Amino acid sequence: MALAAPPYPALFLHDAVALSGRFPLLAGVDLEVDTGETVLVEGPNGAGKTSLLRVCAGLVPATSGQVAVFGLDPVRQRNQVRRRVGLLSHASHLYDDLTVRENVRFAVRAAGADSRRIDGACERLGLSGRLLKTTASKLSAGQRRRVALSVLVARWPELWLLDEPHAGLDASARAVLNQVIAEASASGVTVVIASHETDFVEALATRAITVTGGRVTGGRTIAPLAVADRAPEGPSGPIRVGDDSPSGEVAHVA
Amino acid sequence: MWHDTILVAGKDLRIEARSRVALSQVAPFGIVALVLFAFALGPDRSLMAKGAPGLFWVAVLFCTVLAIQRSVSVESVDGARDGLRLSGLDPAGLFLGKSAAVAAQLVVLEVVLGLGVVLLYGANVEVPWLIIASCLLGTIGLAATGTLYGALSAGLRVRETLLPFLLLPIAAPVLLAGTRIWQAAMAGGTPADGSQWLRLLVIFDAVYVALGVVVYGPIQESA
Amino acid sequence: MSSNQTVSTTADRSPLVQSNRARWTVRIIGCTAAVATAFTVWLGLWVTPPDQVQGNLVRLVYIHPGVAWVALYLAFGLAAVSSLLYLWPRTRSLFWDRLAASAVEVGVVFNVCTLISGSIWGRPTWGVWWAWDARLTSTAVLLVLFLGYLALRRVPAEPDVRAKRSAFVAIFASVDVPIVHFSVLWWKTLHQGATVLNPNLSPTIHGSMAWTLLLGFVALTLVFVWMLLVRYRVGVLEDFLGTGELDLALLERQAEGVALDEGDVAVATGVANASDAPLQPGAVDELALPEGAR
Repeated sequence: MALAAPPYPALFLHDAVALSGRFPLLAGVDLEVDTGETVLVEGPNGAGKTSLLRVCAGLVPATSGQVAVFGLDPVRQRNQVRRRVGLLSHASHLYDDLTVRENVRFAVRAAGADSRRIDGACERLGLSGRLLKTTASKLSAGQRRRVALSVLVARWPELWLLDEPHAGLDASARAVLNQVIAEASASGVTVVIASHETDFVEALATRAITVTGGRVTGGRTIAPLAVADRAPEGPSGPIRVGDDSPSGEVAHVA
Repeated sequence: MWHDTILVAGKDLRIEARSRVALSQVAPFGIVALVLFAFALGPDRSLMAKGAPGLFWVAVLFCTVLAIQRSVSVESVDGARDGLRLSGLDPAGLFLGKSAAVAAQLVVLEVVLGLGVVLLYGANVEVPWLIIASCLLGTIGLAATGTLYGALSAGLRVRETLLPFLLLPIAAPVLLAGTRIWQAAMAGGTPADGSQWLRLLVIFDAVYVALGVVVYGPIQESA
Repeated sequence: MSSNQTVSTTADRSPLVQSNRARWTVRIIGCTAAVATAFTVWLGLWVTPPDQVQGNLVRLVYIHPGVAWVALYLAFGLAAVSSLLYLWPRTRSLFWDRLAASAVEVGVVFNVCTLISGSIWGRPTWGVWWAWDARLTSTAVLLVLFLGYLALRRVPAEPDVRAKRSAFVAIFASVDVPIVHFSVLWWKTLHQGATVLNPNLSPTIHGSMAWTLLLGFVALTLVFVWMLLVRYRVGVLEDFLGTGELDLALLERQAEGVALDEGDVAVATGVANASDAPLQPGAVDELALPEGAR
């Protein structure tokens, strides 16, 4: 497989192996994701989806093979890579003793993003008023995920890595999440989502890959839905989550 | 780097202000330690006054261990450490910020303990500026080495028992120097000795702060 | 591009079979060490005369400075240098990590011998088993620092994570030792000044005693080298127990994708958090060596 050349793809992995002790999390991954693509990552539990995202974020070094994010090495050039990448993982990286607003403010400023975007992002995700002043220890799982998401929205990095973002969310939180992902997709951000919620994500993704046994073992292109079926953008009002969604629910943003 | 330092220090201090662990748990522990020392040394007042410098610094060392444990455990909830790595914060800034926050808490603790020592042991201070200088310089050294070792033992399940074992021998020069300086500052001591030991503290601080700035990044990545 | 060293399994299989040359080198060093030590014992206990002042107690001089020099400078110095070499990206190799760990372990043994032999010497000479002077205190602190190093190495972790962590601790400990030494030196010192390298550079020890002292140094250095080599070999064998399985583990992992029978796959979903301690690779038998290794 040829080495990546400029203009660099968002993600380029070639025979990437990542170890945790003696256990191979990734056992030789080949993947190329162009800038602006939205990719769905499918696969059974324990297949390596989370590890793949963590390797792309630079949290786990690749023991062998090549990994390049925007042409940069996520381990050797980690500072440059990390400012351009956002990872939404199972953990929300919140400090229990700080309020929602303080948490978001710290995370955004630590990532070097503009702190003026914080208020807008929080409002977008329905974090306002009393919720902003609540300490993080009192939040539910869905609210924590929303806080983490608001950091992502405020930062708006070039590459979004979302690890099962829908897990554990209630209906309204899901709706907000879907909306945000749709907007990011449409705005040219590269989005990689590891999810079991294939129905919704397929509506946005151009491509799906299957990860099993620590490798990419399958891929398919997804025919883009007609524009009318896409989720409309906007911070309020009812949302329709795709016409072919099995639940066909109409959710209101909180 | 300095921007990140202030950001991280502010975050840690805000967490401390909110949770008040140093004030409501570590400080009373220090006082308890002082009381226990008094029981151990018996009712001889002059013995306690003589031992006051050393006992103060031992109590400070114990409090340092607790403060560092707290500083590390703040990051271990909800994967906050990963969050710090992902944010692209300058590791040198992260190190300096966390050390600064710990140092600030230690200074407050030292004021409490110092008052305790003066009141409980009848220590007679003649040259106060030496005391203050030793506390400030000693604090910097303790905070720097503590933050370094805290990071080294961060992800480990045995952190609670391993950290004191690793940290206290390294902090021995601070204990030695601090004790000697306090002794020099007491009635009957020679202040000139004190300045000699201050120089040692400065070297210790410089070495470990420099080491920390350089080495904190790689340590973080390997955890 | 991250093109790190490939995970090599063939290269790591060969250490299981030690080359003839290596085996014989270790044996020769061991024999020479044994002979030199025996010679030193003979000279020290029978041939050399007792001291005018200290009597037969002076015979400890043939061992005590020797073990001290090995522990403080040879062993821990080697550990510090190896740790630096491990951390330096261009010379990074687990060889330096294993060397440092072996050096520290042997060094700790010699350190304990230093303290014990010194204590035995001190009791009749100074009247106390222990005194808080510069040398003794810094030697004791050094012991504790490197015991901490060994404690840290026992914590289960991936080889390079453990290597990096230990390397940092070794360096911090080495940096601390001169500081501790000089700070304690400002206390009143009970320990005698240097016998050979004193400020006047005229040794206070002569004749057969001087030669025996020198032989003692040489013998103990040889013993150290031999113990280091043996311990290093043990370390290699320990590490090898893990690397040989990587091929097998990779195959098993990839087979998960083919089998797709999730009931069989023993890997828990906990694999999602790589920052946890290393996981048990489920179906991999730890003790089974792959065929090519035999």
